[in-house]
Amino acid sequence: MLSCKEVTRLLSESQDRELTLFEGLQLRMHLAMCKGCANFDRQMKFLRKASRQYAASVSRADRNDRSD
Amino acid sequence: MQRGGNAVTEGQDGVIMDDGLLRALRPGMIRFARLQLRDDELAEDVVQDALMAAMAGAKGFAGRAAFNTWVLAILRNKIADAIRLRSRSINISALAPEEEGLDQAFEALFKPNAHWSPQSRPRDWGDPEDSLQRDQFWIVFEACLKHLPENTSRIFMMREFLEFDTSEICKELAISSGNCHVILHRARNALRGCLEQSWFDKGEQTC
Repeated sequence: MLSCKEVTRLLSESQDRELTLFEGLQLRMHLAMCKGCANFDRQMKFLRKASRQYAASVSRADRNDRSD
Repeated sequence: MQRGGNAVTEGQDGVIMDDGLLRALRPGMIRFARLQLRDDELAEDVVQDALMAAMAGAKGFAGRAAFNTWVLAILRNKIADAIRLRSRSINISALAPEEEGLDQAFEALFKPNAHWSPQSRPRDWGDPEDSLQRDQFWIVFEACLKHLPENTSRIFMMREFLEFDTSEICKELAISSGNCHVILHRARNALRGCLEQSWFDKGEQTC
């Protein structure tokens, strides 16, 4: 069984590469049982969403009016 | 929306462009470039380049949104070029003390059996999407990014802002894919911790 530390590594890597079938299976089993890692999973997804939104917002002048 | 009173520029194809449009974009572009390059002068140059390219190539854009997206794409390419040039003179693989510090902080979240220690188990952030609508959140987000060690932050932003594949990042910066994954994991953990501490723990608890 995966440790939480390994799960954080796989969750990060899942944003950068396709996990193997076995990795995915182990991950899902762990996430179903571990609330901390399930939260971590959602937080990683949020981080990606926030980053993409941040990058896209550079071209929106309404945020650019904000002073530094 | 800024309108009126601005000089107009005749694009090469006779497209009338509003200078104010580009002026309005500039501050955000500068901030974005500074964050990634950590060099104010270089950031100014890169933005200037991007704006010149945008002016020169402006061809009948169907509306402001399409034009803005296009300017941003130019800026991303210019930033990527600047990073490529610079990466030849830095050693990304070397671990700086700051990075070691982040790794130690990460290890400290776990018990010896590599499961979360009770006090550092990731909490429920409730409905974090709500934060994306708040100006204050983005200030914290930027501060957390600025807080990352330089190389860690650069690779994270190449991946998340410029949307390079990890294989491209490895190639550009001459690092192994394993190292790339380690650096991205480090960056994401650090940002997660920073946002939790500086934003989500400060707001209303939704346990």
